[in-house]
Amino acid sequence: MTATITGAGLTEVTVDDLVDLARGAAVLGTGGGGDPYVGRLLAEAALREHGPVRLVAPDDLPTDACVVPVAMMGAPTVMVEKTPSTELVGHAVTALAEHLGITPTHVACIEAGGVNSTFPLVAAAQLGLPLVDGDGMGRAFPELQMVLATLDGIACTPMSISDEKGNTGVLRTVDNRWAESLARSMTVTMGCSAIISNYVMTGAQAKSALVHGTLSLCVAIGRAVSAARSAHTDPVAAVVGAIGGAVLHTGKVVDVIRRTTTGFARGEAVVAGADGDLVLHFQNEHLMAMRDGAPVVTTPDLIIVLDQDTGEPVTTEALRFGHRVCVLAAPADERWHSPEAIELVGPRYFGYDTDPVRVMT
Amino acid sequence: MRIGIDVGGTNTDAVLMDGERLLGAVKSATTSDVTSGIVTALDALQAAQPFAPAEVAAVMIGTTHFINALVEADRLAPTAALRLGLPATASLPPMVDWPQRLVGAIKGRAYLAHGGHEFDGRPISALDEAELRRHAGDMAANGVRSVAISSVFSPVNTEFELRAAEIVAAELGADVPISLSHEIGRVGLLERENATIINAALRELAAGIVDGLAASIAGHGITAPLYLSQNDGTLMDVGFARRYPVATFASGPTNSMRGAAVLSGLGTCAVVDIGGTTTDVGVLNGGFPREATVEVSVAGIRTNFRMPDVLSVGIGGGSLVRGLEDPTVGPDSVGYRLTEKALVFGGGLLTATDVAVAAGRADIGDRSRTAALPRELVAAALERIAADVADVVDRMRVSADPLPVVGVGGGSVLLPDELPGIGKVHRPENFAVANAIGAAIAQVGGEVDRVFAIEPGRRDAVVDEARQEAVDRAVVAGADPSTIEIVDFDEVPIPYLPGNATRIRCKAVGDLRIDSPVGSGS
Repeated sequence: MTATITGAGLTEVTVDDLVDLARGAAVLGTGGGGDPYVGRLLAEAALREHGPVRLVAPDDLPTDACVVPVAMMGAPTVMVEKTPSTELVGHAVTALAEHLGITPTHVACIEAGGVNSTFPLVAAAQLGLPLVDGDGMGRAFPELQMVLATLDGIACTPMSISDEKGNTGVLRTVDNRWAESLARSMTVTMGCSAIISNYVMTGAQAKSALVHGTLSLCVAIGRAVSAARSAHTDPVAAVVGAIGGAVLHTGKVVDVIRRTTTGFARGEAVVAGADGDLVLHFQNEHLMAMRDGAPVVTTPDLIIVLDQDTGEPVTTEALRFGHRVCVLAAPADERWHSPEAIELVGPRYFGYDTDPVRVMT
Repeated sequence: MRIGIDVGGTNTDAVLMDGERLLGAVKSATTSDVTSGIVTALDALQAAQPFAPAEVAAVMIGTTHFINALVEADRLAPTAALRLGLPATASLPPMVDWPQRLVGAIKGRAYLAHGGHEFDGRPISALDEAELRRHAGDMAANGVRSVAISSVFSPVNTEFELRAAEIVAAELGADVPISLSHEIGRVGLLERENATIINAALRELAAGIVDGLAASIAGHGITAPLYLSQNDGTLMDVGFARRYPVATFASGPTNSMRGAAVLSGLGTCAVVDIGGTTTDVGVLNGGFPREATVEVSVAGIRTNFRMPDVLSVGIGGGSLVRGLEDPTVGPDSVGYRLTEKALVFGGGLLTATDVAVAAGRADIGDRSRTAALPRELVAAALERIAADVADVVDRMRVSADPLPVVGVGGGSVLLPDELPGIGKVHRPENFAVANAIGAAIAQVGGEVDRVFAIEPGRRDAVVDEARQEAVDRAVVAGADPSTIEIVDFDEVPIPYLPGNATRIRCKAVGDLRIDSPVGSGS
């Protein structure tokens, strides 16, 4: 079972879908992935200028399609200050295409969780290309190599990395982890906010390496929350209905500990409820939930914290004492559970000494 | 002695205070022209509690003029927004997400220019002075009367905003005020810029209102300095108020909470303000309201002002009570029609007020009309109210420690003497003039809110540096150094930034140094 089961299968994304899409993307962001507000405004600007973006299901991609993903790399905190331009997003794609001498036929999304759900829309609108309805993760993860494409042996590079000043670099690396570490230091030099284009795939590869239907799913989640609110029904139940999975815990945040050791938003939050305490361990994203000292769900499954009343996703930065929340666990794409995948994104990669624990559904 | 005045939408309240002791309090109607309303209030105060104008050491005014002017889109100056950041930021120009009505009301014109900095202080591009002069020329040609300047990462490096202000001022002349974003907001370009543009649009009005307030005080023979209340409960002098009218936006709820706290003798408490339709709950920590951590929309514009964190629930004196076994209270309310619709006023609807009267907690209207109400219903409805309010207070707590509750507002009769799971409910007298009291007791503050790079082993030094900077700013703003305390400190690491970048917020507050004039607070 995957997180895509109930994706609505949209055929296009219009300006009117963007609020719902951004909200759904924040849900799949599992506490991280960046605030989609600026990304939404950019997508609004691009779609107002160029019209709606056509969505293509991965199964409908021609085998020889040239699929080019695009994303923002850097610190979301910087992006809300030095806002990217829409032109730059399209430029990252064309720069890579020109370097490789290819003609992109489709744009794709690397990370549906958080702000990176919106940049592919901007590029697709800019370039007049259709967008693949899917993404490389089905959620949010913090590093470039953490995509299903890595497991398929698809190289992250050649990749382009562009800043708003007009600098563009093209990287060719020995593996996808090198791509992460070299691109990360270039991003810092560029001012901690860059647009990247990488993981160029054929249609056949994309069909295999993307999580299907996740952009439609984002819109479906957002719509479900809006509809529940106007009907005065439970918005949390609406999210569960849209993504599958189950409510793990309901309660009140009674403690939040953040650590400053690495510059990442690491820490733990304790949610007290009728069934005792649930402890959330986070590093930008929520990665592990524990009860009575034992993990009940870990990465790669999705641990999602929602406001109990509004169903709004709560980021790890916004967690505070007194917040009434529901903690959801939803299954990650099945391919994230292979031994190779667990090495890439399992709890031990993030420093938690435990085997992965999957959500019971 | 100090005089505190609260100019609300309907009433103007004035109080005379000696320290934290209330000597006299009056209420009068707010007038559309500022001066006469203040004069009337001062006359009434003088009549109620005679005082010698020369003995007044300071006058503090809290006003809703500026936020109302924005909400009503009234008396706003034609304003230009100049942003330095090209080639970044062009896709989301100034005012991109504003309601069109307000862009029209300020005849808003957006200009983009080169400049701006990176997160670490390197320039994005060099300032293009010729470009700035061209923009300024266009502003002049289009009748712009106030300018807002924002630059990318100006909270990290202020130089481009300062230089651009010189260039624009040289072109437009001294009559056109200039508002700079680094003096108004924090990181988050659109939100900080929005606040700066709002500030710019209010500058003309601010000059008029501040002059009017000063004239009415002087007209009463008071020579003491005049201060205005800021959002965070600290004071600004009139020179600062002319330049930063936007800093008064949330002073109403802030003053109300602080006043209530002083009246009850509590510095750390929850303030529960129950009106006719809603209950608003805020939390004071060390005498100051906790601030909202999320973006706040004002008149449909997203900003990152420091606003007090207030949580509301639909329970008030006019809330409808329904059901017999397990009654519900609110969220619908008869509102201002309480005196015709409620049972005790001869109406046919059961309201929260009727229940309080039936239980003997209040003596309003005709109690005999509640005689037929089942006792169990009355008890259950009051329990429902207590549980719902306790729930809101609990959500606002920041720790599991007990939190005393201060109940104010006409509907506070609905509260029990003790809220379940929270603590004792205090009901201060004179809460009707809590806003004016909050203004009168205000202190002076200084604040730091910046991203610091914390090298290994230097955390304590960086923290000390931030605290000292906040204290220094409070002194510059006019605080008595011997009274300054750090009232708020917060550090949050920022993801994906190198060098253990950490955002540190630190606020220092002290008593107003009465003998000398105060500065700007920044």
